[in-house]
Amino acid sequence: MNFSLSKEHLLQQELFQKFAEKEVKPLAEEMDETEQYSMELLAKLHKAGMMGIPYSMEYGGAGSDYLAYALCMEEVSKHDASTGITISVHTSLACSCIDGFGTEEQKQKFLRPLVDGSKTGCYGLTEPNAGTDAAGQQTKAVLNGDHYIINGTKIFTTNSGFADTFVVFAMTDKSLGTKGISAFVLEREMEGIKVGPNIRRMGIRAASNCEVSYENVIVPVENRLGKEGQGFKIAMKALDGGRIGIAAQAVGIAQGALNEAIKYVKERKQFGKTISSFQNTQFKIADLQTHIDVARLITWQAAVAKDNNEDYGKLAAQAKLFASKMANDVCRECVQLMGGYGYCREYPVERALRDAKITEIYEGTSEAMKMVISGSMKIF
Amino acid sequence: MKIVVCIKQVPDTNEVKLDPVTNTLIREGVPSIINHDDKSGIEAALKLKEQVGGEVVVVCMGPKQADVALREALAMGCDKAMLVSAREFGGSDTYATAKIIAAALRKIGYDLVITGRQAIDGDTAQVGPQIAENLGIPQVSYVEGVEVLNESTLLVQRQYEDRYHMIEVKMPCLLTALTELGEPRYMTVKGIVEAYRQEIEVMDYEMLKDDLDIATIGLKGSPTNVYKSFTKQAKGAGTKLTELSPDEAVDAIINALQERHLV
Repeated sequence: MNFSLSKEHLLQQELFQKFAEKEVKPLAEEMDETEQYSMELLAKLHKAGMMGIPYSMEYGGAGSDYLAYALCMEEVSKHDASTGITISVHTSLACSCIDGFGTEEQKQKFLRPLVDGSKTGCYGLTEPNAGTDAAGQQTKAVLNGDHYIINGTKIFTTNSGFADTFVVFAMTDKSLGTKGISAFVLEREMEGIKVGPNIRRMGIRAASNCEVSYENVIVPVENRLGKEGQGFKIAMKALDGGRIGIAAQAVGIAQGALNEAIKYVKERKQFGKTISSFQNTQFKIADLQTHIDVARLITWQAAVAKDNNEDYGKLAAQAKLFASKMANDVCRECVQLMGGYGYCREYPVERALRDAKITEIYEGTSEAMKMVISGSMKIF
Repeated sequence: MKIVVCIKQVPDTNEVKLDPVTNTLIREGVPSIINHDDKSGIEAALKLKEQVGGEVVVVCMGPKQADVALREALAMGCDKAMLVSAREFGGSDTYATAKIIAAALRKIGYDLVITGRQAIDGDTAQVGPQIAENLGIPQVSYVEGVEVLNESTLLVQRQYEDRYHMIEVKMPCLLTALTELGEPRYMTVKGIVEAYRQEIEVMDYEMLKDDLDIATIGLKGSPTNVYKSFTKQAKGAGTKLTELSPDEAVDAIINALQERHLV
């Protein structure tokens, strides 16, 4: 068992660190204020190969792995969780469905531009009335000769404001329940796709997250991923991998907040000395760093399990469950360490606390994680 | 065009601490980086390659661990990496280092050699010019801009204290790069993966010995004796006196000198 990163992973981590500090950090506050993601930053992420990390060079990807992807998610999320989710939804949801279930032709046509830096993807599963109960899909796809006609509404579709490629789930046979869901690849220019305004949120405000309606969208049969009825499996498989990214995002949010708090307590003077010289501060920081390190470890374990083609669903759910709660606890304590200033918008821990909350909700709520974990333990 | 960039792996001076007793650098635990000027040299080479085509080879003299610096250069987009490394080369000063690197360059071949102006750990600015002298090729130091005029000529912008020079120079030649030459690009994730799949070629003493005199390399072949090391003092910007008559200017200068008790 080896717990240290290889030289290759260390060099990738160095790239992510430098990129995040120089390109992401300076924009984070303004993007949050304006609720607008920077298209220049998105282009730079593509150029550095950060949008295709775990995908094969054969299809134009970076040829790296999920561990590197987790390192990337942590480093960018230290400064901006919105950049984290932008990368995550593209990489581990949109791309992974095509990579995992697409035919050779579909991979060449749809995956290549997504991982070689030319296009951005999104993933539409959640509906206004189908959240954790993903099987309650209302969106329908009706086969009509050589194409399907898709009708329905998806909500909280991250990246949909600017994405080129949409992986969308729809019922092809309502009577079959989850076995009646199919997956499709849609392109933005298809007629009938309407992307609503950005939904106003508590955190990750810079990310694009909209309601998307599909009205009589004509989708060729060759755009269906896998077989009819395989959609639920495709969606769940993508989320299994996605959870590793969200766990890494949570670790990043927490570490970023703690780094800020540490900087602050070393400078802030009360009662004639820096507050870092009080044992209460030191002990609190020791606790917080320990929780972050534990979360990072299980996140990396899940990533390495996926890279080694081992079962990783339970580990990924555990990593997300633990890391997301940890991030919320750590960010709340960081605000507390910084007192009134921590509560102010000019210090990034305020944003970190708002951003942390979503990690307990998206790509499966903490309650859904407990369903996955207990389910895999076969205790009922 | 075949461009060879010579780089040095140096301790990251942002992280460096001085031993309070011996007053020397504490190198343990300090991360190593590619010297800043050299990295801008890589950027310039990659830009030239994008414009006129060709190949960028990166060369580093140092211990085996310097392969990390070479892989970073590969991950930025360089085509090939060579590590010049041998026990016989250890302890070389700038004179000996330049002899070794020149021997390596003669083996590799080049149209253009780019080195950094100087390394942040030694600050001598000698190795680049000495390589050019060893190779017997023209050199331009303190380069802050470069473009290709035609297949055999470069137009080079050389920084000077209060101006710059535009110099036409015939290839093969050597340039020493300043950071002003260009903000180094990021590595790419794919570049890193490929860099670790690529072999780093090692040029050792055996490969270069026909072109080297053992008496002029390594610690024994180095004429330099380190008398004292000290930290660089920051130099002020200086004061410029303008719009004064010659007499007023003389008075102002004399006053300034007297204020500092220099006259």
